[in-house]
Amino acid sequence: MIKAILIFNNHGKPRLIRFYQYFAEDMQQQIIRETFHLVSKRDDNVCNFLEGGSLIGGSDYKLIYRHYATLYFVFCVDSSESELGILDLIQVFVETLDKCFENVCELDLIFHMDKVHYILQEVVMGGMVLETNMNEIVAQVELQNRMEKSEGGLSGAPARAVSAVKNMNLPEIPRNINIGDINIKVPSLSPF
Amino acid sequence: MALKIVKGSIDRMFDKNLQDLVRGIRNHKEDEAKYISTCIDEIKQELKQDNIAVKANAVCKLTYLQMLGYDVSWAAFNIVEVMSSSKFTFKRIGYLAASQCFHEGTDVIMLTTNQIRKDLSSPNQYDTGVALTGLSCFVTPDLARDLANDIMTLMSHTKPYIRKKAVLIMYKVFLKYPESLRPAFPRLKEKLEDPDPGVQSAAVNVICELARRNPKNYLSLAPLFFKLMTSSTNNWVLIKIIKLFGALTPLEPRLGKKLIEPLTNLIHSTSAMSLLYECVNTVIAVLISLSSGMPNHSASIQLCVQKLRILIEDSDQNLKYLGLLAMSKILKTHPKSVQSHKDLILQCLDDKDESIRLRALDLLYGMVSKKNLMEIVKKLMLHVDKAEGTTYRDELLTKIIDICSQSNYQYITNFEWYISILVELTRLEGTRHGHLIASQMLDVAIRVKAIRGFAVAQMATLLDNAHLLTGNTQRNGICEVLYAAAWICGEFSEHLEDPMQTLEAMLRPKVATLPGHIQAVYVQNAAKLFATVLQKHEGETDSQAAQETSQLLIDRLPLFVQSANLEVQERASCILQLVKYIQKLQQKNVEVAEEVTALFAGELNPVAPKAQKKVPIPEGLDLDAWINEPPSESESEDEKPKAVFAKEEPKHYRSRNTEVDEKELARRREVRKQEQANNPFYIKASPSSQKVYDAPGVEHIPVVQIDLSVPLKVPGMPMSDQYLKLEEERQQKEKAERKKKEKKKKREKRGKGRKADSGPESEEDITPAQHVDIVTEEMPENALPSDDDDKDPNDPHRALDIDLDKPLADSEKLPVRTHRPEVLKSPAEDRVSESVPPETKKKSSKEKKEKKKDKEKDRKRSKEEKKKKKKHKEVEEELLESQPEEPVQSEETKEAAAPPTSTSAEEVTVPSSAVETSSAAVPESEPDEPKDTEPEDTKSSKHKKKKQKKEKEEKEKKKKKRHHHHHHHGEAGGEDSVQNGTVEEEEPLPPMSNYSVLAENSFIKMMREDAEQVYDIQGNHQDESKVVVSIIFENKSDSFLKSMEFNVLDSLNSKLQRPEGAGPHDGLTVPFQLPPGVSNEARFVFSVQSIVMPQKLKGTLTFIVKSDESSTHEKLDFKLHFTCTSYLITTPCYSDAYAKLLESGDLKGSSLRLEGINMPFHHLLARICFHHHFSVVERIDSCASMYSRSIQGHHVCLLVKTSDQTVSIDAKCDEPSLLGNVLDELKQTFSKC
Repeated sequence: MIKAILIFNNHGKPRLIRFYQYFAEDMQQQIIRETFHLVSKRDDNVCNFLEGGSLIGGSDYKLIYRHYATLYFVFCVDSSESELGILDLIQVFVETLDKCFENVCELDLIFHMDKVHYILQEVVMGGMVLETNMNEIVAQVELQNRMEKSEGGLSGAPARAVSAVKNMNLPEIPRNINIGDINIKVPSLSPF
Repeated sequence: MALKIVKGSIDRMFDKNLQDLVRGIRNHKEDEAKYISTCIDEIKQELKQDNIAVKANAVCKLTYLQMLGYDVSWAAFNIVEVMSSSKFTFKRIGYLAASQCFHEGTDVIMLTTNQIRKDLSSPNQYDTGVALTGLSCFVTPDLARDLANDIMTLMSHTKPYIRKKAVLIMYKVFLKYPESLRPAFPRLKEKLEDPDPGVQSAAVNVICELARRNPKNYLSLAPLFFKLMTSSTNNWVLIKIIKLFGALTPLEPRLGKKLIEPLTNLIHSTSAMSLLYECVNTVIAVLISLSSGMPNHSASIQLCVQKLRILIEDSDQNLKYLGLLAMSKILKTHPKSVQSHKDLILQCLDDKDESIRLRALDLLYGMVSKKNLMEIVKKLMLHVDKAEGTTYRDELLTKIIDICSQSNYQYITNFEWYISILVELTRLEGTRHGHLIASQMLDVAIRVKAIRGFAVAQMATLLDNAHLLTGNTQRNGICEVLYAAAWICGEFSEHLEDPMQTLEAMLRPKVATLPGHIQAVYVQNAAKLFATVLQKHEGETDSQAAQETSQLLIDRLPLFVQSANLEVQERASCILQLVKYIQKLQQKNVEVAEEVTALFAGELNPVAPKAQKKVPIPEGLDLDAWINEPPSESESEDEKPKAVFAKEEPKHYRSRNTEVDEKELARRREVRKQEQANNPFYIKASPSSQKVYDAPGVEHIPVVQIDLSVPLKVPGMPMSDQYLKLEEERQQKEKAERKKKEKKKKREKRGKGRKADSGPESEEDITPAQHVDIVTEEMPENALPSDDDDKDPNDPHRALDIDLDKPLADSEKLPVRTHRPEVLKSPAEDRVSESVPPETKKKSSKEKKEKKKDKEKDRKRSKEEKKKKKKHKEVEEELLESQPEEPVQSEETKEAAAPPTSTSAEEVTVPSSAVETSSAAVPESEPDEPKDTEPEDTKSSKHKKKKQKKEKEEKEKKKKKRHHHHHHHGEAGGEDSVQNGTVEEEEPLPPMSNYSVLAENSFIKMMREDAEQVYDIQGNHQDESKVVVSIIFENKSDSFLKSMEFNVLDSLNSKLQRPEGAGPHDGLTVPFQLPPGVSNEARFVFSVQSIVMPQKLKGTLTFIVKSDESSTHEKLDFKLHFTCTSYLITTPCYSDAYAKLLESGDLKGSSLRLEGINMPFHHLLARICFHHHFSVVERIDSCASMYSRSIQGHHVCLLVKTSDQTVSIDAKCDEPSLLGNVLDELKQTFSKC
């Protein structure tokens, strides 16, 4: 079982949190802080498994994470999950994001947290791995997006127009984000 | 209307959407909180709008704010509104928000049931999908119960997308609503072979998750999984299955043997590291499970170790980590094969990655031997010095101690070395583990007598240099060591060279800065030292020195008397007074040393950590009962302040003891109140009163000594390294000597051939440096052997420990809403419900189920052992081979029928399942067991016959074997005594039924099971026990019986448990109706207070007889008889514990003679076991000792002897009246036959 999935950036700012076990909001924030503290002080060339993280669970649990450019993807899993399997799952998830957002970068996650959630929902459900086939995941996500578009109609149109106008006026988007290498690099897949 | 919509959408143009919110927050870095609070206000406004799009937008923003840590539970109702929108776009937003912030405590969840049900049955698959995803995150027991049926329907949906989600969510439903597991399981099993790989993977996922917690219930699926494993190409599925097998093999070693080959093939063939790794892991699990039985798997072990070595040597840190992790599993059973890679593991200790270093440390733990312990610890000590950061260093420290102290200091040959290691560890700055070092010092000093002299000397130096340890406030953790040092020096002061110096060191003013509990030990042990010093001086008739010592104490102790710590203060003032008194005596030239030493005489023995827990509560001691009735409120209020004035206490107590009448008490209270009111010095009880004394003490506090912050080498302390050298030399010498000897031996024994393990390198040959006597820890005399695992009672998975192979009963169907046609009933279910005997199994409380499970486990285990003993494994294997499709299932039926009596027992047909096939041999009565086997038997009676035949063969083989056995050990005598529990029969036992007719009339017959299931309720009601009575109701008439009501007239001692709110005279409705000719079983719970006397309860059963033309009201009276026997629980007892119990002398005896019993002895025993819930502890020839325990913990021991036709039973029990009654009942049982 997966107990939690956390995505945060190099500064510990949460970009997506998904707990499969209930924690109150302040506890959630504490877990994020603690996890960030644990993960961020590790070099890039050490292993991707972390034991402990007292907040999330006992000895049965592990933190398995990957670090892509500016983002950390952290999964907290118990011993029923294969460690290498989860590493691959993170890779699948990131590649799916890459496909759905076309060259995903941190900004996509920042402004479209809801969409990232919908994609994640097709990968993991209630703490259990639902689908690992990327094409299948992408297909389902796209079908749902299409459905949303077809529903858009009257009430959706003005909102889109307005938001387009708003975006036009705001060249400061890149200015606000002072991170150089924002793209998540997707390295070639390890054989799985 | 149209206008409104347009207006709404225009309004929306000015609402922020999620992107605007995010942008806004990013633009307000300085006053983020303020900005967000205005946003929340806006959201609140938006939520008030009627437009669902506006609401959805608001909810979407809330979801984002929730991620930032804002509590959005106030909008729960709005989220539900958005969830119920008909548009997918909004519905999705609603469900997402719900899944992020709903939990079991969210009250609006109640409102969602119907909405979710609607979405689940929506024609749009994505509506369904979104609902399932959302539900998986916030499912509650109520939702699970109400929706279980709907979700089960979806498991057979046409779209694989829905199927796989429905399958996955079932796991969550099972967790919240365990009753759904059995009805849903057949379908779940079907999904393992679903054509869609995603669905299949989901089903594997769920079953693996279930099986991981309760593997034994899923053994029957092993063949199916085996097939999947060999056919599937999906690595995800394979990994899951292989992991599952890892959990199953410990329960079924034969499975492991089958697995080794395909797994080895996979290891060789796969390119996926994840799969390879899991294969290796499972092979390890298999090898562990086989390690006891199978010798020759060294090839597989080699393969595993070799593959793991490749992983560990890999540059990928992840693989290195996992390799080490798996290595540690091998280590447990095959330490030798890992030990050869010691170099590699020591190398990993230098890795830059902390995770890897920790793993390597774990491995080291299992790799030490007597030979290399010192060397390994030396390496670790080097690491301790180098280690940066305290967490890793603390970890090292605990590991060093773990490694050295493991299995009772097995590997330590030189305790002087160990003590000096511990002393060296005290130099660590800022460690948290001071107490750990301290407890090790204490343990070693107490348990290793030979080392005390050395330890005391070391501790004395530590005390002398205490300022080095305590100087820095940062290093506070380590000062715990002084606690141990002071105690050891005090307790074993006879070993001290210069006790006076140590005494002086312990009374230094600086000590007052230590934590209170350490000071207390200092003070107390100073007194012990004082006694030693006195004795020494008086021995030398140096009264001058003796008096000086007293003076020293009198000078120094007042500092402690002023301590704020109560313990220190109390001890110090006690001892101060004592010393003052001694001084007086000394001045009169009286010899006091002897008497002072007598104060501290007596050896302290180590006590096992669990000893306290194992002391049985003496009979008649009720820890919850008041010793004295609690005083009334007003009184206690008055008395509290009294506690301050200790002097008044004794007087007060005395007056309480003598019985004083109320008036007198009232008068005194009045007087006391008066006194308090008038007393200006009266102070309410509070610690602040202490301060009055403290104030003048300030001047006495000395100026703090200056400490060196760099830990210097403590003078006079030995370095552990020198021991290493010494040890090496010593071993060298010994080796040389031994070689000499061996050469001699060789010369003598030349021709005979040497034993392989007599080489000089073997472990046993390393003799310890000193003669070491490790004192074992003490246990209370009458401790019972109880291996109670402290399982977490709150684990939700416990409720899922459900036997899945049992056929479904009617009562177990999932609740279906009544207005709906019953759509689903899988073929499997149909078949099953037909074959179920018409009785339904009453759902019993979880607690009971679990207990039964436990029993079953025990029984299985004992049986397995038995089987092993009889060595007819081969036969079983044959069976297995003959039915490869369902080996486990057949195993089970075999188990039920395994006792040799079964064939004869099955012939007897008593109505319904009254015959306990299995219980003849195994005394626990298990009413479920025969039900298990019956339907299967009817399904394939041919099959059964075959099996029976085989069984007979088996039996014969067994007999032959036993005869053989007898021949062999005929002279040995005691060899064929039976241990524990089950009785082995020489010939089949007569059938025994434990159902007796309770009452009967022309309409109905009530039968009652003799052996009630008994269990205690632990916790609040310790004085109450619960007894479950199973009653079978059989309809003998041609009419329909309904509205049965069961009622019993409660006695003072026994009460029928009625639902809450029912009056004491209300009856209980029997939860079923009876068609003609049908019987069914119901269980009733009684609470019983005293179990030492048998009980009779009068009762009535009222029911309505309904025939075609009329319906009449009838009633039937009956008497329920609770025998004392029924309060006994069959409890296995080991012979040593049994002997201890008898020796303890707490038991009172009684005896009984029975004449004219002409049944074989083992029949007699079986009868006692069966009817009276005893177990055989030991049996030798015609004499057997038996044991049982009552639900309230009384021990009952029997010694049964037979000669000719007389049986004499000597019985002992800690409750004489219970014993008398049990004996009476025994007598009755045998008079009947």
